Amino acid sequence: MKEVRLHGRGGQGGVTSAELVATAAIAEGKYAQAFPSFGPERRGAPVAAFIRVSDQPIRTREKVYHPDIVLVLDPSLPALVNVADGLKDGGIIILNTDLPEKEVREKFGLKSKLAMVDATKIAMEVLGLPITNTTMLGALLKATGLVDRNALEEALDKRFGRIAEKNKAALARAFEETVITD
Amino acid sequence: MSKRVGIEVSIAISEAVGLARAEVIPAYPITPQTHIVEHLSEMVANGQLDAEFVPVESEHAAMSCCCGAAAAGARVFTSSSSQGLSLMSEVLYIPSTMRIPMVMVVANRALSAPISIWNDHQDIMVQRDIGWIQTFAENGQEAVDLTIHAFKVAENRNVSLPMIVNIDGFTLSHVIEPIELPDQEDVDKYLPPFKPRYKLDPRRPITMGPVGIPEVYTEAKMAHDMAIKNSKRYILKAWKEFEEVFGRKYEPIDTYRTEDAEVLLVGMGSICETAMTAVDQMRDNGQKVGLLKIRLWRPFPAQEFRKAVGKTKILAVIDRCLPPGAVCGPVGAELRSMFYKIPGSPKIFSFVAGLGGRDVTVSRFEEMVDKARAFAKKRPRELYQVIGVREK
Repeated sequence: MKEVRLHGRGGQGGVTSAELVATAAIAEGKYAQAFPSFGPERRGAPVAAFIRVSDQPIRTREKVYHPDIVLVLDPSLPALVNVADGLKDGGIIILNTDLPEKEVREKFGLKSKLAMVDATKIAMEVLGLPITNTTMLGALLKATGLVDRNALEEALDKRFGRIAEKNKAALARAFEETVITD
Repeated sequence: MSKRVGIEVSIAISEAVGLARAEVIPAYPITPQTHIVEHLSEMVANGQLDAEFVPVESEHAAMSCCCGAAAAGARVFTSSSSQGLSLMSEVLYIPSTMRIPMVMVVANRALSAPISIWNDHQDIMVQRDIGWIQTFAENGQEAVDLTIHAFKVAENRNVSLPMIVNIDGFTLSHVIEPIELPDQEDVDKYLPPFKPRYKLDPRRPITMGPVGIPEVYTEAKMAHDMAIKNSKRYILKAWKEFEEVFGRKYEPIDTYRTEDAEVLLVGMGSICETAMTAVDQMRDNGQKVGLLKIRLWRPFPAQEFRKAVGKTKILAVIDRCLPPGAVCGPVGAELRSMFYKIPGSPKIFSFVAGLGGRDVTVSRFEEMVDKARAFAKKRPRELYQVIGVREK
């Protein structure tokens, strides 16, 4: 079983991202859960969402304490939130950032495996909005292979209808541009 | 063929209510039940469900409206939580003794004060004695299945009682997970249109709910008690028919790895999933531990429970509710009184866990089992213990 914690800001679509990954995994025939950090959430405030994906039925309702994967949608969050909190040994943090790796590691004190992409730039250029939830799914696919790309694109089609193409294009570009470092 | 899809549990429940062809839905939104009634109002607005959605001004009005609509012969559904359920309280006793069937899903949540929107079972335990049939769902699939089952049971002419399906707020209501939504054809086969024995009809006027003078009140209450006790056989029958149509089997008490168990955890609702993982881990470490899940809470299936306990000597009972000043939580009290002075009955230890959204983790179940074993050797002074209390 793989566990994911997703950091975003209220209104950035973090919960939607988690939903898309879980529904895609389930459509592939796997088992999955997606859930928000339960509680009142405010636009702009730091929020979290969680995903579990497994080949076996998932028998837990615990919160996610030790993620294998952390996905950070907003470049300002690592300075505010300990994104590495509870990360499993060998786990990966996937960041939306325009900073070079050295600076990211020094500034935020991150020691784990990292995957980085400037998702805000891609989202602005492709979608015309600084909403990075679907763009960052490209980075997630590249860095982890947590779900099948086709299944995820189908989930995007279902969710976004006529604007799905643009989101898929942003996802594809992030997939190309994501850099993974140990 | 029905297909397993990833769907939010609240949305899946609304779809189940649609498949059950509910006709009147009076409801007032409250966290964490909101998505259920929001989605139902959408289904009615976009023509997917041919029902009357009544956006009432309060939960008290919601339940009053439910009583009227169901008395007039409609298939009625509503949903609530916490403070909203408490506001309904005055009306909740009425459809049950009046034998008016309807179905309510309660997304269980803590009660104020302090204000908490998070999950526990305090809201429903306050309503323990309203005389409704009550089940608890462990996961999203059960939430869907038990909702459909509830209409079948409630509307059975030999039952004719309202029924509550409890689902854990947020922990179930807000989770996306794999659920198989049944086909409409199968649900229609399982659940024929509601045909009440009596209904309010201007062409054939009858009186419902007249005053119960001292000469009849005791008999009316006793008749209600007999009706809910007799309902068990129809609840079981409806589960059997459910299995025949949909292939999923339900029991009033579920057992998990109870063979040769020295200690049995006893729980209700979604914590049972985490408890199964805890049992697996303890079994891997050579501990003889199992789990009993109470799916049917009212009427309490005493016979099935005793059978499920078998020869096990220690029960660690989990309550998601802390009634201040009581000897212990309601589930613990139920079991203690049920086993009182029965020869060979197990030692029962009562724990309170998971209040107001406090997570009940695998290690907490292990802690409860360890404590129950220790208490069996040396009886503690207190009759229950609160688990997972912060010390700083």
